[in-house]
Amino acid sequence: MSAHLPILQVVVPLLAAPLCAFLRNARAAAVIAVLASWATLAVALSLLGDVMSAGVISYEIGDWAPPLGIEYRVDIVNAWVLVIVSTIASVVAPYMITSVEDEVERRRIPLFHAAYLLCLAGLLGITITGDVFNVFVFLEISSLSAYALIAMGTRRRALTAAFRYLVMGTVGATFIVIGIGLLYVMTGSLNMADLAVLLPEVWDSRTVKVAYGFLGVGCCLKLALFPLHLWLPNAYAFAPSAVTAFLASTATKVAVYMLLRFFLTIFGAPFSFGVMGLDRVLLPLALAAVVTMSLVAIFQVDVKRLLAYSSVAQIGYMVLGLSFASVTGLTATLLHLFNHALMKGALFMAMGCVVYRIGSVHIDAMAGLGKRMPWTMAAFVVGGLSLVGVPLTVGFVSKWFLILGALERGWWPVAVVVLLASVLALVYVWRVVEAAYFRPAGGDEGTREAPWRLLVPTWVLVGANLYFGIGAARTARVAERAAEVLMTGVGP
Amino acid sequence: MSLDLFVSHYNYWVVIFLMMVGFYILISRGNLIKKIVGLNVFQTAVFMLYISMGKISGGTPPILVDPKGEGKGHGGAETVGEAAAEIVYSNPLPHVLILTAIVVGIATTSVGLALAVRIKEAYGTMEEDEINRIEAETEAGE
Repeated sequence: MSAHLPILQVVVPLLAAPLCAFLRNARAAAVIAVLASWATLAVALSLLGDVMSAGVISYEIGDWAPPLGIEYRVDIVNAWVLVIVSTIASVVAPYMITSVEDEVERRRIPLFHAAYLLCLAGLLGITITGDVFNVFVFLEISSLSAYALIAMGTRRRALTAAFRYLVMGTVGATFIVIGIGLLYVMTGSLNMADLAVLLPEVWDSRTVKVAYGFLGVGCCLKLALFPLHLWLPNAYAFAPSAVTAFLASTATKVAVYMLLRFFLTIFGAPFSFGVMGLDRVLLPLALAAVVTMSLVAIFQVDVKRLLAYSSVAQIGYMVLGLSFASVTGLTATLLHLFNHALMKGALFMAMGCVVYRIGSVHIDAMAGLGKRMPWTMAAFVVGGLSLVGVPLTVGFVSKWFLILGALERGWWPVAVVVLLASVLALVYVWRVVEAAYFRPAGGDEGTREAPWRLLVPTWVLVGANLYFGIGAARTARVAERAAEVLMTGVGP
Repeated sequence: MSLDLFVSHYNYWVVIFLMMVGFYILISRGNLIKKIVGLNVFQTAVFMLYISMGKISGGTPPILVDPKGEGKGHGGAETVGEAAAEIVYSNPLPHVLILTAIVVGIATTSVGLALAVRIKEAYGTMEEDEINRIEAETEAGE
């Protein structure tokens, strides 16, 4: 049984999805979705434990030996990302039940859960596989279901947002296929570990460099690196609340992982930083993302949109860590994958509670909510503090490592920009806090606190923000080891 | 670039041309259906790239051939093994990969078309500029 954990990680949600679709019963589908999500978390945690103690796990699908057969390969890096994705899934799935009943047509609910499970299976698949073409297949599974999920938003703009995401996402995925094809032409292999061995011989070839470019642009479209982020704000703003919470804390994280995998494991750090000068390309883009998107977030009136722009800025931090080309920088990136998932998950789920009660997240509609929905807004405040990077929250830990990485390279202006952007984050978080706590309440007097079925999952993530903010040593240790694996190439 | 090089790589020129045509349609057209058509042409270009790279000049389809006509099929493993060394096979793997990619492409197209239908129902139009105008108006009205 435990030998087959890597395949179970993907197969459980993949098989649960059609089950949901066939049952046509909202309650049953919801229960299946929750159980499947919890099962993936159990599998991911046990995989991480195995990898930490025993090293890389290689699983041959259908007993076909790699490099010819498809291999699932788990090392610390993807075990870590698997834990991130499945943790968020297990918290969001129970939250989804109540939130979705409110926001999605009843007859569509089983299909909604099916699409969610497919998306989860796709994201886990991208993360666990050791075969580059398999990455593309899972990428499309997760993307197609994500388009469907976003289109189920209550307002009609969800449809146009999903369509735009579909167009840009497909272009990104096609770019990735082109890159994979060019790599195959040069090496005749699709296995990641095999490619890592074969590629150094053909470093000088222009084909490999072009493949690098296509893969880079494709991944950056998927992870919404400024200026390729245009699909993201509307998609997050108009999707159902639970979908936003799920996608914002998993989809872009997996895309960042994909970028790290392609650039550091397959091409290798010496090629990326030495030959291609990746650090010099990513640094300005990351800094531009952090500063401009934080500024844009300040002027948003729709809070979900505000948080979406803030997500693009936070992705800038992750890419910034990569551009330091050091173990400390990568530790910051990997830590921020986890930490940002926790904080944005908590924030978007708090916004879901607000939508559930007042049906809007317009900043004026939220006036005076601090008194009427104290728990929800308290969750927002803690999540917001974490986003700013206040000590004792996870946000502080990521920024700490990021600034360490910048100083290690002697780039103190970058450290200053990071601190400055935190002030910008404080401004946009404060705008919401000011509306909720310091403005007189308008509108419906009878607004009550959100139901516990929404509050409990939200506060689980808020608690995680504090828990891993105070006890950061545990996550930092894993992230550091993962960063070392990435920098040194393929592990044993 | 010599003419020989240009001609011998004609498959790449076809791919690049198709890809740019698809990309241009995608960017320049406001009609959602036309955008999906553009996306399809763009994807097809990549299919062609994969399919053409599997071809080896003088290669046969990748089915085990028994040139002497003996041993009917799987019978004479030894003779087939010897013959295989002489015969050049085209690479089937890119074709198989692209079979998967075509399925993905169809799925993308159908999701895209389904969204276009829903957009038509919700907005009464499929022209991007009109949708933007309607969205801007409702935004101002709220």
